Amino acid sequence: MAEFTMPSLGADMDEGTLQEWLVQPGDVVRKGDPVAVVETAKSAIEVECFETGRMGELLVEPGTTVPVGTPLALIEPTAEGAGKPRKTEDEPPVRPVPAPVSAPTAGQDRGHIEAGPLVRHLAEQTGVDLEAVRGSGPGGRLTRTDVEQAAAATTAAARARVRATPLARRLAAERDIDLATVTGTGGDFAIRAADVREAAPRPEAPPPRHPAAPGRPAHPPEDRTAAMRRAIAGLMTRANRDIPHYYLSTTIDMAPAMEWLHEHNRRIPVAERILPAALLLKAAALAAREVPSLNGFWADDRFTAGEGVHLGVAVSLRGGGLVAPALHDADALELGELMTALKDLVARARTGRLRGSEVSDPTITVTNLGDQGVETVFGVIYPPQVALVGFGRIVDRPCAVDGLLGVRPVVTATLSADHRATDGAVGAHYLTAVDHLLRNPEQL
Amino acid sequence: MGASGTAEPKTTYREAMREAIREALRSDDRVFLMGEDVGRYGGCFGVSFGLLEEFGPERVRDTPLSESAFVGAGIGAALAGMRPIVEIMTVNFSLLALDQILNNAATLLHMSGGQLPVPIVIRMTTGAGRQLAAQHSHSLEGWYAHIPGIRVLAPATIEDARHMLAPALADPDPVLIFEHGSLYGLAGELRPPTRPVDLDHAAIRRPGTDISLITYGGSLPKALAAADELAAEGVDAEVIDLRTLRPLDDAAVAASVARTHRAVLVDEAWRTGSLAAEVSARIAERSFYELDAPVERVCSAEVPIPYARRLEEAALPQSADIVAAAHRAVD
Amino acid sequence: MSLARPARTRQATAAPKPAQKSARSSRAPRAVPPAGRPAARHRADLLEAMLRIRRFEERCVELYSAAKIRGFVHLYIGEEAVAVGVNEVLTPEDAVVSTYREHGHALARGITAEAVMAEMYGKTTGCSGGRGGSMHLFDASRRFYGGSAIVAGGLPLAAGLALAGRMRGQNHVTCCFFGDGAFAEGEFHETANLAALWNLPLLLACENNLYAMGTALAREHAQADLAMRAASYGMPAWAVDGMDAEAVEQAARRAVEGIRAGTGPHFLELRTYRFRAHSMYDPDRYRDKAEVEQWKARDPINRLTDRMREDGQPVDEELEQIERRITEEIDHAVEAAEKAPEEPAENLLRHVTSARQGG
Repeated sequence: MAEFTMPSLGADMDEGTLQEWLVQPGDVVRKGDPVAVVETAKSAIEVECFETGRMGELLVEPGTTVPVGTPLALIEPTAEGAGKPRKTEDEPPVRPVPAPVSAPTAGQDRGHIEAGPLVRHLAEQTGVDLEAVRGSGPGGRLTRTDVEQAAAATTAAARARVRATPLARRLAAERDIDLATVTGTGGDFAIRAADVREAAPRPEAPPPRHPAAPGRPAHPPEDRTAAMRRAIAGLMTRANRDIPHYYLSTTIDMAPAMEWLHEHNRRIPVAERILPAALLLKAAALAAREVPSLNGFWADDRFTAGEGVHLGVAVSLRGGGLVAPALHDADALELGELMTALKDLVARARTGRLRGSEVSDPTITVTNLGDQGVETVFGVIYPPQVALVGFGRIVDRPCAVDGLLGVRPVVTATLSADHRATDGAVGAHYLTAVDHLLRNPEQL
Repeated sequence: MGASGTAEPKTTYREAMREAIREALRSDDRVFLMGEDVGRYGGCFGVSFGLLEEFGPERVRDTPLSESAFVGAGIGAALAGMRPIVEIMTVNFSLLALDQILNNAATLLHMSGGQLPVPIVIRMTTGAGRQLAAQHSHSLEGWYAHIPGIRVLAPATIEDARHMLAPALADPDPVLIFEHGSLYGLAGELRPPTRPVDLDHAAIRRPGTDISLITYGGSLPKALAAADELAAEGVDAEVIDLRTLRPLDDAAVAASVARTHRAVLVDEAWRTGSLAAEVSARIAERSFYELDAPVERVCSAEVPIPYARRLEEAALPQSADIVAAAHRAVD
Repeated sequence: MSLARPARTRQATAAPKPAQKSARSSRAPRAVPPAGRPAARHRADLLEAMLRIRRFEERCVELYSAAKIRGFVHLYIGEEAVAVGVNEVLTPEDAVVSTYREHGHALARGITAEAVMAEMYGKTTGCSGGRGGSMHLFDASRRFYGGSAIVAGGLPLAAGLALAGRMRGQNHVTCCFFGDGAFAEGEFHETANLAALWNLPLLLACENNLYAMGTALAREHAQADLAMRAASYGMPAWAVDGMDAEAVEQAARRAVEGIRAGTGPHFLELRTYRFRAHSMYDPDRYRDKAEVEQWKARDPINRLTDRMREDGQPVDEELEQIERRITEEIDHAVEAAEKAPEEPAENLLRHVTSARQGG
């Protein structure tokens, strides 16, 4: 039995309120599926589970506030999710799965999968692992056709599924044994209970722990703005107190980028058009990949580089306040995908439907106040990150270009960086990289 | 004869059943026995031999060959306060009374909104194994077990033959008792029941740890013989006697499967749509995560039971088939 | 098994011939009124009992059309004299087994219009708790054992009720109604044989309405004289004009007196006719309209009122009062049925077995 616990969704989160269960006991969940809505001081967030398995008992009632780490529910892991079947001489070879099933891309490697409930249901029914399917929909979103094709393609591979008796499966789940590592001795070499017991003669799992934390009433909605304000206050105070910021700024000629964008958008449907903000984000992400020492966390007096570039996107909320959820692997997203992901992220941030990993994962944050009319942003870093990139409004300015004066669209890019982690030269390197990328938009 | 001088005298299944009927006739004047040749002839299988002389023709009542009429008459008499024991010579002929059993006995209580319980006991011989060919070898108790509103019993031991009738007569609803033709000669010591005989529970006839052989009626001796053979080969089989085919003792089956994780169902009826199929489904429903091997079924071949000995033996479940099925599940 | 049976001293009366004649006769011998009840009063009672059935069923047609009543509904209209006439001679201790066309038997037996109507509505207050409907009316307290929708299925049951009565030393009669269709079933012949063989106190009341659903008597029976065939089992059997309540009563009295006297089962062929189709769904294509009209001219209700008029009874005044009472009774029954609670679905498994929930 695995525990699904109250996640820590940020350095400022000590506790959370379970607002709503999105699953019932007995539901099959996959790693990355949203299973509950948790209300934090900042917003209501869909939190995902990190196990593939079957939901067991729900331990906490909606409306209860519990400390981070409190078990909220039990998940009985299933063998199928534990790993791929081990190839033995006795098993037929796994036939390579043809397209559309491909190795997970970097962008899909995370727990988060873009797929609607119908698609998920279909995948569940057909036994298709969504993480292994490449989406053909907008922004890499998985479509029904993707799953159907994958199901057809995996039929042959499914024959190599671990053969195990129900009792063996139950025991393996209870003892946390990967059936793929067990050799079957039953009929057709099926794994039986005795094989599992022999594989790891561990005692039965301890009984599930129940939360001892007393429940507290959830924040009433009218309190949320105030609570969020308090949370931001705490965090920013800590940032300004603990982080020695340094600030750099540069003005970037956006003419090539805007021209490229104009050409690009002309060829595609209106709904798929890309906004300049996407270019800025993509540039910021690629530059972060180029300058990894700005992409990560400062903790315990040392810098840890982030695994992948998960761009925190500052989103101001309509009722006031701010969140900065992650665009996962933003550096690897094509512009169209990034645009779709951005729209989705902003929409969910504003409706309080963020996923846990989106809140906890950002490795560097971008704040774009261009649409608010300002030209320059000097931001405060979101701890424990070490850098914050700011973009202002894209405005037409007189510029010297090739020795002549011309009117060009320009944007001011700024960097707030943690001096403990980097020095000004690194920051300069970063902004130069952003500048270069935006001047060569075909590289984005 | 008996090796032990102090042991109780040997009793046959037939005598045990007769004793049960005699006791019922003696203790309750609402009870009467009715059926074809139950009186002068002494019962087609000799069960009621001597009862006519003891109780007279009103209470041990020979009927014409009119299964529908005398079964229906039993139902009517039960409605009017009697406690009839109706003997149908064999299950094969019960088809002629199926209308009365299904459309009247099983439904009157419900159809009348609870006004008309039908406290009737209908006994009949069932099963094959005596070279009686297709029309005299049916095992249709599973059909009857399909019907809500009736209780279906299959006494497989001398004790049950002796002690199941009284609670069956005390049941306010119709009870069908299926006596396997091969059991009447079964002889042994009749021990007094160690606990009150009930009609709700299956019995563990032999405890074991490796596999559950689940059966009833005439197949019980075969299952026990198979268990002995398996024991010699190092497989410790548990033998469950269902005893009551409706309502089924799901808990006993589930508990046994939880102990052994493997099940072989032995049922002399045809496999398709059989009681074995029902028990198998219930195991899948209740005990799926206990199973360490697919459920095995040993049933009759899907053929009208043939006359020739070799063919009949091949058609029916035999101990060797049970042993083989057990090995498939265990090895 | 020997087919021979011990000879018994019993009058095995064959059907007296007046069968056809009495059916044609417009004036049957007068029924002897029960002691203490003046003849005029008795006739008015018969009239009211028949009218109750007639008006009740007419209301059923309306309610069926309005979808208040569902399932199969078999109407008795035209046959009222049979149920009413036979019931006159039965005591409350006697038992009645009926068919699926049994509204008339149930009402004649004294089950209230309210209880029957509620049953038609499938309500919990129905005489079978809503589980039976039109075809399965029961009332244990009135020894009314249904309500069987398997043609001839009630006959063996009735033999058993009769057997139990005799074994328990009670001088009760069991009356089993069935139709000409049932006469073709094995269960009738098995029961007739058994009842005669065991000398059971059983009245076999065969309502010969000339059609087994859509099959005419002559197309269904090699020998259509049912009373004569019944007599071959060695029981008194005769045919009666089933459109004449007084004739029916008189014949039934004679039979029941014989049964109570220990002469075993009696068979009555009650020649009657249903004015309406077999059931609500029946297009009635198999009957000649002229034939139906001919039988309607012998409507048992008109027959009795005409006779009352002839004898100078103040029948019109009587009729008006009866109609008013019955209308009130049926209005009340419908109103009560409308208001009555439905059996909750939680009780679905009730009454499958007595002791345990469910089957």
